[in-house]
Amino acid sequence: MTFFGQTLKAGLRAAAFAVAALAAAPAVAQAPAQATGTLDAIRARGSLICGVTTGLAGFAQPDSQGVWRGFDVDYCRALAVAIFNDVSKVRYVPTTAQVRFTALQSGEVDVLFRNTTWTLTRDTSLGLDIPAINFYDGQGFMVKRSANVTSARQLDGATICVQPGTTTEQNLSDWARSARIRFTPVVIERLEDNVAAYLTGRCDAFTTDVSGLAATRSAQSQPNDHVILPDVISKEPLGPLVRHGDQRFADLVRWLHFGLITAEEYEITAANVVQASTTDTRPDVQRLLGRTSELGQMLGVDNRWMVNILRVTGNYGEIFTRNLTPLGLQRGPNALWTTPGGLQYAPPFR
Amino acid sequence: MASDTTLTPVTIPAAPIEARNAPISVVGPVAWARANLFSGPVSTAVTLALGYLIIRWAIGFIDWAFINAVWSVPNNQTQACRDARGVGACWAVVTEKHRFILFGTYPYEEHWRPALACVVFVGLYIVSAMRRFWRKELALIWIAALTTIGVLMWGGVLGMPYVAQERWGGLPITLILSTFGLAFAFPLAIMVALGRRSRMPAIKAICVLYVELIRGVPLISLLFMASVMFPLFLPEGMNIDKLLRAQIAIILFAGAYLAEVVRAGLQALPKGQYEAADALGLSYWNKTGFIILPQALRMVIPPLVNTFIGFFKDTSLVLIIGIFDLLTAGKTAIVEPAWQGFGVEVYITIGLIYFAFCFAMSKYSQSLETELNQHRRR
Repeated sequence: MTFFGQTLKAGLRAAAFAVAALAAAPAVAQAPAQATGTLDAIRARGSLICGVTTGLAGFAQPDSQGVWRGFDVDYCRALAVAIFNDVSKVRYVPTTAQVRFTALQSGEVDVLFRNTTWTLTRDTSLGLDIPAINFYDGQGFMVKRSANVTSARQLDGATICVQPGTTTEQNLSDWARSARIRFTPVVIERLEDNVAAYLTGRCDAFTTDVSGLAATRSAQSQPNDHVILPDVISKEPLGPLVRHGDQRFADLVRWLHFGLITAEEYEITAANVVQASTTDTRPDVQRLLGRTSELGQMLGVDNRWMVNILRVTGNYGEIFTRNLTPLGLQRGPNALWTTPGGLQYAPPFR
Repeated sequence: MASDTTLTPVTIPAAPIEARNAPISVVGPVAWARANLFSGPVSTAVTLALGYLIIRWAIGFIDWAFINAVWSVPNNQTQACRDARGVGACWAVVTEKHRFILFGTYPYEEHWRPALACVVFVGLYIVSAMRRFWRKELALIWIAALTTIGVLMWGGVLGMPYVAQERWGGLPITLILSTFGLAFAFPLAIMVALGRRSRMPAIKAICVLYVELIRGVPLISLLFMASVMFPLFLPEGMNIDKLLRAQIAIILFAGAYLAEVVRAGLQALPKGQYEAADALGLSYWNKTGFIILPQALRMVIPPLVNTFIGFFKDTSLVLIIGIFDLLTAGKTAIVEPAWQGFGVEVYITIGLIYFAFCFAMSKYSQSLETELNQHRRR
């Protein structure tokens, strides 16, 4: 669609310009031309515009006071601190699943931190890049504890609630075919109704991404009555998206994530980062925190960028614990590579 | 004196008047109930059965909504609500989230501004509804009110910090979209309706094309066009505000529907009115402004209000492009894990707000109709 979009864009720009200028006259947010790079555009504007979900527990959701909170939101804040050393210079634009890519392509947002799965099609056809994977999700199953099911393989003959039209439904049938399991799907459009159907016993199991299952489970009055099975039947690597072609900005977003991971690896936290930046003698830490070498400048930001970020958001583990642990999510594949089963790994800071 | 007639008292045997039953009462609630609810055995049975169900349901509802309800919980500890599930409502979710539902992500300490904007909106509606204000100055009142609302929402002057549009949300968004939408769509609709009856082929063709094109697609696809396709046509780095794009889509859509309503009024007017106006030598605009439109619009008040009410509710479709109107804000309020599953309470609250506005519109249109159509009443 983007290829189409961009061709269209080039072709129709001239024609559309007159109309657009006419229609847009009163409320045009004129950003500096893209040629100078996203980072410069953000600096000139004075704020980072971050595309987030319209509300997803743990990842991005406004609290009772209307303040955005969540895992993705913390990444937005960290990026704003990296660029401006000021956590307030970030604006959140809620984007629905349908408009998220257009919002990024058209420059309405600078970066998407929006629970988006990295797939080949998206990487190649949208004109967008996915610089890092900051959350490894996957599709799982939730069953009632009373059913005494311990593995998804025991679901042969079960009734399973699933949302239609999503990759979830396709993953489920793909998995069932390869695992030679027969099941009866109960296809219900809305997530909320799916949960209700599962709770009332309309289906034996409920399937969606593990993060979604954990959020649903923690919202029940007796979370312990439900079990999330250990089997994960699909890969859903989630990450930020930036526009293709601006490698400098993509580098910054990528190394922002790596910096947060590295900080956790060296146990630099929000509480000890200021002290560590002056007293820690480990060379890796000194480079990460900008005491030696000039890694920050290479990315186009302040040398002490990681100190500023860690002071505000904490390291990857702290961000995870603050936002996702309350949902009942385990670190699982999102643990550091030093832990068995952990996949979060950062190239060296040097 | 013998010839004198003597008046002898005669007793006329009169039939004794029997006491009659009092007439069956034909007025009062008892009589009404007897005539309408208990007129026969079937009727009585139906009444009793339905009455039983209604009372049972009402008691159940009162138990749920008031007696067993949880009105507030300390610091998001929703266990009390979860325990009361099924027997009592959890109004605590509304207590906790009402400011988010009403004002979205607008900065918390500045909430008085959108609140005041809503009050200005309601004041504007009331003033516009009163006939004594129906004169040219009303346009000035509208301009002043809408400017005030803009200043309040955006800020940046008079010591009020600037608030970017993407942080607006809740009730003000619903009111802005519907008020501006209808305020601009209505004049547009009148022009299009007149144009469609024009004798000039080009104007007529454009108006027909506009109406048929817009009516041929659902509002949701128009909003998609505005939010997904339109930005791709713009030069790089140029962005029209998302709310403005949605607003224009709504104006265009409402315009097409209202135009057809207005056209119905124009066509219902007897031909003699047009001819009489022509005979008086009035120009086209005088004829339209003084003779045709006042009569035509009066006739189409019910369908007009019908469309207005429909559009007031249709503004909630902007949720698909990520604008937090009242309904979306309500849905987002219950995303937080602690409050998941209390949708019914939030939806009831939002439903009441929508109802208040739509019912007021409907009642007002009824009174307007009786008032303006007095000459037709027989």
